[in-house]
Amino acid sequence: MTPLTGPRALVYVVALAALATVPYWMPGDYYINVSSQILFYAIFALGLNVLVGYAGLVSLGHAGLLGIAAYATGYVLQSGYGHSAAILTALLLGLVSMAVYAVLSLRATGIGFIMITLALGEIVWGLCYRWTSITGGDNGINLHGRPRPFGLSIDSPSAYYYATLVVFLVALAAVTIFVRSPLGAALMGTRDQPRRMNALGYHVWGIRFWACMFSGLLTAISGVLFVYYTQFISPQAVDLTSSAEVLLMVISGGAGTLFGPIIGAALVVVVKSVVSGFIERWNLLLGAIFVAIVILMPEGLVPGTARLWRLAWRKAGARRGVKAEAKP
Amino acid sequence: MTLYLLLAVNSITFGGLLFLLSAGFSLIFGLMRIPNLTHGSLFMLGAYFGATLVGGMLAIVFDFWIAALVAALLVAAFGALIERFLLRQLPGNPLAQVLVTLGISFMVADVCLMGWGGDPVRVATPEGLAGYIHYGPLVFPAYRLAVIGIAVVVAIALWLLLDRTRLGAMIRAGVDDPDMARVVGIRVSQLFTIVFALGAGLAAFAGIIGAPILSVYPGLDQDMLPLALVVVILGGSGSLLGSFIGSLIIGFIYNFGQAMLPELSYFVLFLPMLLVLILRPQGLFGRFVP
Repeated sequence: MTPLTGPRALVYVVALAALATVPYWMPGDYYINVSSQILFYAIFALGLNVLVGYAGLVSLGHAGLLGIAAYATGYVLQSGYGHSAAILTALLLGLVSMAVYAVLSLRATGIGFIMITLALGEIVWGLCYRWTSITGGDNGINLHGRPRPFGLSIDSPSAYYYATLVVFLVALAAVTIFVRSPLGAALMGTRDQPRRMNALGYHVWGIRFWACMFSGLLTAISGVLFVYYTQFISPQAVDLTSSAEVLLMVISGGAGTLFGPIIGAALVVVVKSVVSGFIERWNLLLGAIFVAIVILMPEGLVPGTARLWRLAWRKAGARRGVKAEAKP
Repeated sequence: MTLYLLLAVNSITFGGLLFLLSAGFSLIFGLMRIPNLTHGSLFMLGAYFGATLVGGMLAIVFDFWIAALVAALLVAAFGALIERFLLRQLPGNPLAQVLVTLGISFMVADVCLMGWGGDPVRVATPEGLAGYIHYGPLVFPAYRLAVIGIAVVVAIALWLLLDRTRLGAMIRAGVDDPDMARVVGIRVSQLFTIVFALGAGLAAFAGIIGAPILSVYPGLDQDMLPLALVVVILGGSGSLLGSFIGSLIIGFIYNFGQAMLPELSYFVLFLPMLLVLILRPQGLFGRFVP
């Protein structure tokens, strides 16, 4: 890993400083809450990006996993247990569900993987909707209160923002380490050349399985953060639209890049919050953005902008070069 | 016993609707190698169009069957446009094509909500079929039996189309080996449009035929799409027989599941899919593993 120097390091420092001071420069609680949403959706998108970007496996059922973690938290709390039991159950159940998802859907790649995860996600939705004795059906489950990590209250918007920020930074670091680890490299190998990886002696299925588990863990964590934020979970959070939203975050920002999903999460959450203030037609816009991005900028905003930037830079450089040559 | 017989009739009726829906889904998937995620939306769109035509438009009240045909044709044209102007932009990129169909399905759902509102739209059972048929001590709703008949007729027509005509032979060739089909001079991309339109029309037809039973409501698309998916995973993609058998199986499991395990009815659909995925990944009658 190269040491961070130059303009890139400056960007990181500024971004970190901006993130750390959000409650001080944001104009109100509403915006701090939107920032918290961006952060836990970013964790969700980072988790999905492990599969979509680095493993080449597009899942359309991830909202189901988020929902399982959120429902588990709600159900355990409702049954009278404490917060640590709830969070632990949520993470474990999220991982177990991911393992089931993986065992079934990793029988295929490409389109087959999409179809199976989509079907699984819809089944989870159906369970949340119909299994009223556990999930409360359409009414969902209400939560009361948030945990107090290390005795600190995270009830206020800015305190919850900081708690989410800490988890987010840890998740980002974990994804960065994962991507740069030998396992991450092997995972990208299975994405690009599964047969060669197999011939080289790598256990392609195993590598993909552990990538799924990592993705599932991040998804479950974001599910817990989500349900403590909204204090409510209903089947709506589990439906296909939610799976598509998070996929849009990954793809719009740039699948297979570290920061793309974060930018994508910010974009989707901001557009959704701003737009839903004016009109109810979020789905129409979501669909239109989806179609437009896939057709016009398929590589996503971060790589797309980087490409345009390089192109402009090179053109400017060429022009300078021409001038320099013309002088003598 | 009577209950079970009635449930069985309902299951076969629902299976027939599912067949109309999933036959096109399966053909599109077989030929273009993409799951068309707008399929549920096309079903719903057909149902809404049909309901509007039956309810009367421009002072003309359409006969149910004419309305069904008009709705199917409109939606078939819509499907052809989607294929021609959007999916065609992304050749050889199935992932992007799937995402585009997903995006369109959201747009269709929202436009339907705008146009027809949030309340379910009821469609009256067509005249002459509103009654019941008595057979000994048993009573069957006539319309449900008619739906079974329609599904069987469409199944036979589709089979004849695929098995006995030149177009059918070209489609089969495209499903089995698209590259080789191109080499021997079949314009596979033209087949894409035809099959997409055919599948869209069938889905819309299923939507309006099913409307008197299911009614039309926002979210109908999301109820039907997973069923089509499960049928195709079960029956195998690109196979007409697979969709037929798969639809019947799912029709039975869905109806009996709802009657006996209402809380888990969605979950029991999962079991046959799970078994098939483990034992026979290409589906019962599939020609290839997706």
